[in-house]
Amino acid sequence: MKTSSFQSWAGNMNEPLLSVKDLSIAYQVPGLDVVAVSRAFFDVPKGAIVGLVGESGCGKTTMARAFTRIIADNAKITEGSMLFDGQDLAKLSEKAMNDLRWRDIAFVPQSAMNSLDPVYRVEYQLNEVLRGRGGLSRAQARKRAVELFELVGIEANRLRDFPHQFSGGMRQRVAIALALALNPKLIVADEPVTALDVIVQRQILDQMRDLQRDLGISIIIVTHDISVVAYICDRTVVMYAGEVVEDCDTKTLLSAPLHPYTMGLKNAFPDIASAGSGMLTPISGAPPDLARPPSGCRFAARCPFATDHCRAVSPTLRQFAAGHSVACHRADEAVVLRGKAENPATWGEMA
Amino acid sequence: MTTPLVEVENAQLHYKVGSAVSAMFGLPSVVKAVDGINFRLNKGESVGLLGESGCGKTSVGRLLVRLEEVTGGSARFDGAEIADLKGAELRRFRSRSQMIFQNPFDAVNPRYSIKKTMAEPLGNAGIAKLEWHDRIIKALELVRLAEPEQYLDRFPHQLSGGQLQRVVMARALILEPDFVVADEPVSMLDVSVRAGVLNVFRDVRDKLGLTAIYISHDLALVRYVCERTIVMYLGRIMEDGPTENIVRDPLHPYTQALVAAVPTPNADQSHEPLPIGRGAPDPRNPPSGCVFRDRCPKAFARCAVDVPLPQKIRNRDVACHLFDEAM
Repeated sequence: MKTSSFQSWAGNMNEPLLSVKDLSIAYQVPGLDVVAVSRAFFDVPKGAIVGLVGESGCGKTTMARAFTRIIADNAKITEGSMLFDGQDLAKLSEKAMNDLRWRDIAFVPQSAMNSLDPVYRVEYQLNEVLRGRGGLSRAQARKRAVELFELVGIEANRLRDFPHQFSGGMRQRVAIALALALNPKLIVADEPVTALDVIVQRQILDQMRDLQRDLGISIIIVTHDISVVAYICDRTVVMYAGEVVEDCDTKTLLSAPLHPYTMGLKNAFPDIASAGSGMLTPISGAPPDLARPPSGCRFAARCPFATDHCRAVSPTLRQFAAGHSVACHRADEAVVLRGKAENPATWGEMA
Repeated sequence: MTTPLVEVENAQLHYKVGSAVSAMFGLPSVVKAVDGINFRLNKGESVGLLGESGCGKTSVGRLLVRLEEVTGGSARFDGAEIADLKGAELRRFRSRSQMIFQNPFDAVNPRYSIKKTMAEPLGNAGIAKLEWHDRIIKALELVRLAEPEQYLDRFPHQLSGGQLQRVVMARALILEPDFVVADEPVSMLDVSVRAGVLNVFRDVRDKLGLTAIYISHDLALVRYVCERTIVMYLGRIMEDGPTENIVRDPLHPYTQALVAAVPTPNADQSHEPLPIGRGAPDPRNPPSGCVFRDRCPKAFARCAVDVPLPQKIRNRDVACHLFDEAM
């Protein structure tokens, strides 16, 4: 089974801030459980930015939301643990969990720019967190609000504005300011730059990097965009169909990926630094139905390197090198497979 | 000499905004979404319109398929002023020029099956019903949807984003247009399926010899589909030239910032701050002179006074005072 062969690489790093072990989350629909996250393992080191990458429906958002336990009513953590600062988030009482939210773990939801309440001034919304949750006095809250706006690079005189008076990028900054309000140790940001222009995207990412450096916080960034990960994340966790398929430092992930899915993701992205406009190669097919996952490797149906063994037996996440784990039967052949993966013909004609 | 298919001359699209009350307080009552732009597109040419939100790139696209009409200047298609088309001519224009929208899920009626979605333009164009089935299948095959029959009775929510965007593309192509405007057609799609949709777009364009405009804020995507790029900022054209030159050696300070901001999938990349000021362009209150000057790291006195006119620098048109001496 997966647990037995999995060796944690946490031992050779500093104590992680968050350690996800064997985590499964299922959506319970009448008649069956749809397992959206299936036995996931990964660590978030202190003061690191970790990317959670994968396609729509791969379970990355479900998992990210589970860290704050704000998940759908019919979703249930069925297995595993999420050790955060010595406490298991999966087992905390609702009250204890509620005390952690905003104070220790803050969540920036997807399209955060639309998550602000349009009928309240931004300062009022900051105050909800600062005074309602943080227990600050009116004067303290005011001071902190000004500080927060400075941190994310908005002039303090805009605190009294309504959300519609801000541009999309600025609303995203406000959402980040909200998350920072009570000095959390961990910020979970779901697709923080997806709806933004390239220039604003870059500025927001720079801002997040600066904040992480200055405040020493950890950040989890959920994204489908490998360029976001390349730009800002120290480590990257690749998810496919509910499972973690590869987890390592970003540099290694991009230069020497072990999993064919990771190789495919990189091929599908236009690289302006490359010479000429070479062909982009999509990964053909679609992820499997999580209500009826295949018995073998979940990527096998789309993988150009799949063997009968892959289709029959599900690979387990294992440590391949220090700090680099992968769930692929053919990881040992990665050097050869990487060479083949660069050839578009390998991936078939078209999705 | 080749005759251009699309000719835009000093085109303007000004929206009236606000009320008598806001005008009383001295707030501007006009937003200049497109403010005097010029370009020509030859038959079979593809051009990328590049810029941030609010730069007017989508407005230009909408003008050219007549979802908007110019409020000044001229936009011509095959020699005829688009805004003046009427009756049979307009109907013919409607089948010759098509738009592919950003979000496929917003571009189709969720209660129409794919067959009905595809049949709508055929009905509008008065195509005989007997031909419908074959044309629908042919169009779906063109965008490389395998076994197209299986999609006909499905509904949009039963398709993935990538599949649906191909249906939207097939619908735009079913009347065999000469000219297509694609407005950020892959920005709502997962990165892994973007490549497939872009490849289809390129192939179909080449196969049918389409003239195309590709609207995006991402130069890497524009470069993948267009040999020429027009960079816009606040309703004006900043730079216009071959995409490859713009990528390698951007001349306008705004283009330089756009090129530096392009996301890449490499771990070794510059983390230098972008050479551009913070803040979003405000189309209600553009600066005097050069509209880019308040975010431009190289702005000088003249920029606040004179509007820079496009000038020929090497193989490009650039609207920037930095190049004035070079003249």
